[in-house]
Amino acid sequence: MNTSTRPVALALRGLTKRYDRPAVDALDLTVYGGEFYSLLGPNGAGKTTTLRMVVGLLKPDAGTITIENVDALADPVAAKQVTAWVSDEPMIYDKLTPFEYLEFVAGLWRIDAKAGEARARELIDWLGLKPHMHERCEGFSKGMRQKVALAGALVHDPKLIILDEPLTGLDAGSARQVKNVLRERVAAGGTVVMTTHILEVAERMADRIGVIANGRLIAEGTLDELRQRSGAASATLEDTFLKLVAEEAA
Amino acid sequence: MSRPGTVTWLAAHELRLGCRDWLSLMTAGRRRKLRTVVIAFAVFGVLMHLIAYPMVERYADAQPDLSTRVIVSGILLLSFSLLLSQAMESVTRAFYARADLDLILTAPVAPQKVFAVRIGRIALAIAAMALAIAVPFVNMLALAGGARWLAAYGVVAAMGVVAASLGVALTVALFRVIGPRRTRFVAQVVAAVIGAAFLIGLQIVAILSFGSLSRLAPLQSPWLLAHVPGMESAVWVPARAALGDTAALLWLLLFALALLGATIAAFSPRFGEHAVAASGVSQGVVRQRQRGFRLRSPKQMLRRKEWLLLARDPWLMSQTLMQILYLLPPALLLWRSFHDSTTALIVLVPVVVMAAGQLAGGLAWLSISGEDAPDLVATAPISARNILWAKIEAVMIAIAVIFAPLIIGLGLASPWAAAVAGIGVLVVAAAATDIQLCFRVQARRSHFRRRQTSSRVATFAEAFSSISWAAAAALLAAGTWFAVVPALIALAIMGGVRLIAPPRD
Repeated sequence: MNTSTRPVALALRGLTKRYDRPAVDALDLTVYGGEFYSLLGPNGAGKTTTLRMVVGLLKPDAGTITIENVDALADPVAAKQVTAWVSDEPMIYDKLTPFEYLEFVAGLWRIDAKAGEARARELIDWLGLKPHMHERCEGFSKGMRQKVALAGALVHDPKLIILDEPLTGLDAGSARQVKNVLRERVAAGGTVVMTTHILEVAERMADRIGVIANGRLIAEGTLDELRQRSGAASATLEDTFLKLVAEEAA
Repeated sequence: MSRPGTVTWLAAHELRLGCRDWLSLMTAGRRRKLRTVVIAFAVFGVLMHLIAYPMVERYADAQPDLSTRVIVSGILLLSFSLLLSQAMESVTRAFYARADLDLILTAPVAPQKVFAVRIGRIALAIAAMALAIAVPFVNMLALAGGARWLAAYGVVAAMGVVAASLGVALTVALFRVIGPRRTRFVAQVVAAVIGAAFLIGLQIVAILSFGSLSRLAPLQSPWLLAHVPGMESAVWVPARAALGDTAALLWLLLFALALLGATIAAFSPRFGEHAVAASGVSQGVVRQRQRGFRLRSPKQMLRRKEWLLLARDPWLMSQTLMQILYLLPPALLLWRSFHDSTTALIVLVPVVVMAAGQLAGGLAWLSISGEDAPDLVATAPISARNILWAKIEAVMIAIAVIFAPLIIGLGLASPWAAAVAGIGVLVVAAAATDIQLCFRVQARRSHFRRRQTSSRVATFAEAFSSISWAAAAALLAAGTWFAVVPALIALAIMGGVRLIAPPRD
């Protein structure tokens, strides 16, 4: 499908963040509506910093962020209304039940109570949390906590879901459930941007892959396009990724 | 250098960890702050000596008669209850903190050696803490009354060691009686109650018998003097030692060390088993009542969440509401004075205001800094200003609800005192919340106990602000315009806080 005809869900232009050194260096990135975009890069490449700036958790030093045609820096509340964020460390409230947590999230996003409850019940069922929906989260495993966090991200029906290593520490069953939920989300027209170190996941799920190193986008495209660029048409994503990163380092 | 795996080698390791932990607590993990901390401690030490002198000067020439021994014993018992409380907290933490437990229990070293050293470390830490608190008082007594008072250092150290030994015994006893799941919470509540009970008990006795809030009043009563054991009783050994009796001091130190040795011998072999049992405790499943979603605004949801989380965490609730325990004596005084002159009620006003300030500081930290899902709240479509306001409202409403019954009760006896106390409660709570706002950091709610170390400035500012507002309220309740002076000091503190608070985006 020709991406240029699709609406832009996320556009970053000249995005910059410096600490002691540039963490994100004048990054330009475009993600289209209904696309599953995977952001790859070695440790410290600037992936998480980029995503945290997109969702409003970090203030950029320079550049622009546009989410669903909303300038996220000028009108952060409007941008947040259509965005969801899931990090690798699920941050939920131990003393709330999944059902109460989802009620809280729905309230923060001003979702109508009736519609929010119906959506919450659907997600709880979908993610296999039904037997535990009225139990406090304090005794939950990491996988269950991640599922509760994911349900929280989906309960307000966001157009753009941003996930930072969401599969870290999940068992095979939980990881598959999360992947299925994300796939269905994209099939329904939603946009997903995800970082992962599990290259097989990116290989199987992503429509396009961006490779970031030293805060800059060094390669972008479908898996085939990346292979061609690295000069090995039958290589795995792992080989392609390592070659691209090595070239950048050199 | 000792051989690896021996008790001395392990002790050196524990000592190094202890020192680094303490340093990290003092500097909030920033080594560059060390010089500032040293200067602050020096200033604080000088200040404490200046405060201690007028407090202890009149006792400097005290003779070791029965009346003096009763008072000294009472003060030692008061301090001991606080040390015992601290010891129980430390032992509970040693049981439940995972930290290096996996490494220790899987290493080819006898666990009883490790835990013997660990119990010793707790005793050392408690004794060091007791000595640090005693320094200004003992030094000033020695300055005014002679070197004999230096023996009090030995008494304080012995008390720390005895408190640690009893703390281990009590916590292990709880562990065996009620099991690992309940011990964590019960031990911490028992520790807090022990810490507060003796002090509050003395005040209650003072109110019932003498109509005053002075905790020393019961210790000076003729009735007590007529009923305590005679001068030769062993009960007075700690008091005799504190008053400079070297033989009594030696006996006391020997007793403390023997008790610590017996505690280590008795409990270190089983300490590892208890720690393993504690680590195997699951949270247990707590089910909540089912009900549907209710339509609320984001601010209402945030407020409700704060109250719900507090209400469902008995440990946090006990830690924050423990300060309310200190309101029991004034409430009792209120009840007793109801039919009498209302002038006595004026003493209640600063107590209520002070308690409100302390409680508001704790609640504000929990609400503003202790956010367990900061990313969720920060990425929600609400302005940061509205989020903060919702949290401030949660604190202020909680304070209003907690203190309203006392203010209403006070209003029935003295409307003026109640009006001043009511305004004072709101002002001091707002000030404490503002200080927490200025020094907010992102932290987990479970780190509540360490909140005071995250910013020493915030802690001191909160304390001095509460004291100043309490003084202003007391003077205003007494009908004097001198109330303006402490109120201006409190405002100056708030101004200072804003000047030195870290800059925010």
